[in-house]
Amino acid sequence: MDDDLIIGGEKFSSRLIMGTGGAPSLEVLDQALVASGTELTTVAMRRLDPSSRGSVLDVLRARGIKVLPNTAGCFTAGEAVLTARLAREALETDWVKLEVISDERTLLPDPIETFDAAERLVADGFVVLPYIGDDPALARRLEQAGCAAVMPLGAPIGSGLGIRNPHNIELIVEAAGVPVILDAGIGTASDAALAMELGCDAVLLATAVTRAQRPDLMAEAMRLAVRAGRAARQAGRIPRRRYAEASSPMHP
Amino acid sequence: MSYPAVPVLSADVPAVSAPSSDVPAVPAAPCDVLVIGGGLVGLAAAWRAARRGLRTAVVDPAPASTAAASHAAAGMLAPVSEVTYTEEPLLRLGLASLERWPAFAAELSADSGHDLDYRTDGTLEVAFGSDDLAALDELAGFMGRLGLPVERLTGRECRRLEPMLAPAVRGGLLAPGDAWVDPRRVTRALLAALERRGVTMVPARAAGLERSGETVVGVRLAPAGGSPDGRPPSPGEPPGEPSGELSGEPPHGGVILAERVILAAGAWSGAARWLPPEVVPPVRPVKGQIMRLRSPEPILRHCVRGSVHGSYVYLVPRGDGELVLGATQEELGFDTRVTAGGLWELLRDARELVPGVTELELADVVAGLRPGTPDNLPLIGPTVLPGLSLATGHHRGGVLLTPLTTALLMDEAGDHEELAALCSPLRFQEQR
Repeated sequence: MDDDLIIGGEKFSSRLIMGTGGAPSLEVLDQALVASGTELTTVAMRRLDPSSRGSVLDVLRARGIKVLPNTAGCFTAGEAVLTARLAREALETDWVKLEVISDERTLLPDPIETFDAAERLVADGFVVLPYIGDDPALARRLEQAGCAAVMPLGAPIGSGLGIRNPHNIELIVEAAGVPVILDAGIGTASDAALAMELGCDAVLLATAVTRAQRPDLMAEAMRLAVRAGRAARQAGRIPRRRYAEASSPMHP
Repeated sequence: MSYPAVPVLSADVPAVSAPSSDVPAVPAAPCDVLVIGGGLVGLAAAWRAARRGLRTAVVDPAPASTAAASHAAAGMLAPVSEVTYTEEPLLRLGLASLERWPAFAAELSADSGHDLDYRTDGTLEVAFGSDDLAALDELAGFMGRLGLPVERLTGRECRRLEPMLAPAVRGGLLAPGDAWVDPRRVTRALLAALERRGVTMVPARAAGLERSGETVVGVRLAPAGGSPDGRPPSPGEPPGEPSGELSGEPPHGGVILAERVILAAGAWSGAARWLPPEVVPPVRPVKGQIMRLRSPEPILRHCVRGSVHGSYVYLVPRGDGELVLGATQEELGFDTRVTAGGLWELLRDARELVPGVTELELADVVAGLRPGTPDNLPLIGPTVLPGLSLATGHHRGGVLLTPLTTALLMDEAGDHEELAALCSPLRFQEQR
């Protein structure tokens, strides 16, 4: 059965989007990407020269993985728009994961700068995937502004705290007409499965894999978890009951 | 290892180029060992070869220049405190090389008459906040499973060892066997030792391999002043120097014949387009910014490494009061600009760990290029071309791994087949 993820008109059979930050070496990153089965991977454009050889971009190209440039490290809409334009020029892609953070300690996204940048980038023809807090109202506004997906966090970047407000993620999913990608906060496989069970269309993660003691094994765990969570969502979970219900009826 | 026999050369290959004003002086007779690259690894390889009585030459337009990675390096010899998950092979190399450092340092000091500021007081790895402490505890468990000799310390125990540490330091790990050295002193000592040992320094750029069949029998030099292939500037090439155009004719700056050629061109090794494609190593430049501060007296006694909200910084004290803060890791090609943001991150984190650093004099800021490989392990040993060996790809560990590198090259490493296999350039051959 085809169950493709469609973002901005492009199809992906994997619903696991990877980040590249934090891997000890390019080889370890490469092995993890292969194990994850990802087809779309985000790369921070700051501190990266797209024209230099042997970089992380070469790893992605060699594996046929689509590059999703991101604006990590930007604090203002102005910086983010500039970074996105540089990325478009260097990588010849209109896609951008928009990330405008409010402070270095929490790395939480700044909603006002993010919205401002999203509006400008959409007007400029970008396929915009904004990283946001788990705020249903903001998610709706960004969709209305023309974003191709919304990417609410489960918890702060790199924290591994899992999904702190599953209820809000459900509210975002219910209202969304564009793909919802759970971004940030995933610590282990059950977090990724939960995101998919809540109805997210995809999961984006990096640190949980790249800083694991065995990144390739954790990447495989994430691949399986995303598939398991997706299947469980489609299968439909049973209602929660206070009391037992015999699985084999005693009175046919 | 036995060196390949010198093949008989055809008459049209001169052993010495015709005298000309723009042609560097080349050795009159074939060398036993010819090293391309006058950075720390290349100079050390030449020194070890010369010590064995081999006729040795080094080709570099500006040996020991400020562009060499070692000029920016802090010189930590800290395989234990720097170990990370997935990198046990690198740990094995580091430990084997650390073991060789005392003899290497003693012999180099004796040969050169220079003091290297080689110190063996250990690394203190500290954690700033509770998240950093949790990561440190997990790392301590990993080190314990690897059987590494580390001592877990409380915050107060850390501050007893290093009173300048901030009270916010929550705890630490002491790796008592780690050491450090001043790489700039090592470089100067190597230059002095090479001069004493009569090693020929050829101030030129390599422009091609001289081959007899498959076997490499020497190196062709570029005419002085030209950049034969438009590659990025090599160590010592001053920025802004106009690079010469290749006018269609092959470079003819002279030829040096050698029984064995060792490529030790650091971050530039992967950009050596004059090499046959099958031996161009998978090396990329990884930029690191570093700063040197100065105080009348050293303010630290150990190397201090720490993580501050997940971001790593190290402080390396020298005997003369210099304190090195490092280092960024940036994938920016051959960019060596020092940036405000890079220095700010170093100072921000270093000041959290040692608040007193901002009182020190700022002596020097520099960005260097580490030669990175896909698996973070170096490329040391023979290539598919007989007569050509590599000694490059040392990434963050060039200073630490220098004694092991030269031992592997000179076959002095004893029974170290496993280590040699880890470093073998042939491991990437099948992926081509």
